[in-house]
Amino acid sequence: MMLARVGEVGKDFFHERTSETLSCQANPDKLFCFEWAKDNIDRYGTPTVQHVELVAISILAGFAVAFALALLAHRHHWLRTPLLAGTGVLYTVPSVAFFFLLLPLTGRGRDTAIIALSAYTLQIIYRNTMTGLANVPDSVKDAGRGMGLTARQLLWRVELPLATPEIVAGLRIATVSTVALATLAVFAGGGGLGDPIYDHITFTTNIIIAGGIAMLMAIAFDLILLGIQRLATPWLRAARGQT
Amino acid sequence: MIPTLLTHLPLGSIGGALEFIFQSQPSSVTGGKEVGGPAQTIELALTQLEVTVLAVALSMAIALPIGLYLGHRGVGEALAVALGNAGRAVPELALIAFMAAVIGVGLFNVTIALSILGIPPILTNAFVGIRQVDRASVDAARGIGMTEAEILFKVEVPLAIPTLMAGIRGATIAIVATATIAPLAGVLTLGDYILNRNVYGEDGVLAGAIVVALLALALELALAGLQRLLTSRGLRLRPA
Repeated sequence: MMLARVGEVGKDFFHERTSETLSCQANPDKLFCFEWAKDNIDRYGTPTVQHVELVAISILAGFAVAFALALLAHRHHWLRTPLLAGTGVLYTVPSVAFFFLLLPLTGRGRDTAIIALSAYTLQIIYRNTMTGLANVPDSVKDAGRGMGLTARQLLWRVELPLATPEIVAGLRIATVSTVALATLAVFAGGGGLGDPIYDHITFTTNIIIAGGIAMLMAIAFDLILLGIQRLATPWLRAARGQT
Repeated sequence: MIPTLLTHLPLGSIGGALEFIFQSQPSSVTGGKEVGGPAQTIELALTQLEVTVLAVALSMAIALPIGLYLGHRGVGEALAVALGNAGRAVPELALIAFMAAVIGVGLFNVTIALSILGIPPILTNAFVGIRQVDRASVDAARGIGMTEAEILFKVEVPLAIPTLMAGIRGATIAIVATATIAPLAGVLTLGDYILNRNVYGEDGVLAGAIVVALLALALELALAGLQRLLTSRGLRLRPA
């Protein structure tokens, strides 16, 4: 099997190999070595923390930009189509390619990974925010205007709260995909759970542990966002309770 | 900020990358054998396209019948939604590495690994698209005596084309993107330029990234065109 190596990615991740580990790794029939996993689980601490940082920063940056763009487009209709097309192009460019397009500009490291990952989230968050704002019923907006709300008050007090479920739905999709995609940050030298996977890419125990941590992390992020949405939309709970 | 960016603009490296695409050049580690150039670039791009088309076709063959059936019957919503969510959480790198380690390397195995990425979006969107079809239309179709198969393929599927195609486009983008790391599993796609820096050099890495990005955009545009063709004329005229 041909294994391509990227530059300085390989650290001493699997430096200490006991004879038992070697026998376990040398045995291709063994899908998962519990012994090895028990002894080496602490190796995944740093990559996990890096992974959380990558995802959290990328999502926050992506959300800030996409939300601002959506509010701009909400106010200036002519911006809608070009912004949707622009974020669509960013979404389409494969993230691995994106990393390497950015390398000459930003160099190897976490920044490059974060820029590419947050660019990927723009389209999802932007589109959902626009859908959420568009789905606010006209009658509700009219009622707000009738109560004397200015355009700005209408946006922040009526339209955005009502659009929250759609916006959070976009955030959840973006976050879960970003947790998975961030394993590719290793190709940009950005660390994360891709590091241990790439360092020992034929050792299934390692792949299962690192991949499993990533999937659990995706579920955890998803539940956190769901919780935030519940807290941010108390009226939905009240409505559900009544019916 | 802007001036620093301008001075760092990699015009030189982009020129080098373009040269790499259009003109093969000697590499320091291949013993004088030339790398890059149109012949190799096209060969790698075609492999990437081939594995993408195969994987998308396999995902469609598995996911469409299930999604359409469940959507038409209106059962299994929890399954369709859960599968869609779980599919997004699968880390691409771990999937490719795991499949390569377990069933070995090669085109067949990479196709299977990539199609696993494509099944959830296609299945979920097929289900959701069919379910979103106005029940009144379905009742009308049943009322004029259409069979269940006719209802599905003459009423529900045409009306669900935008959502169905969104799923297929999402799957295709995910698969073509992930096919970039297929060289890790022994299938030489454009990712070979990107992952083998010591053979192809910085110009080759950038060249690979540029061609992969163009390939993905071209696929997306082609599918958008296909979606237009598949959308029935009556629906196209209706404002979205």
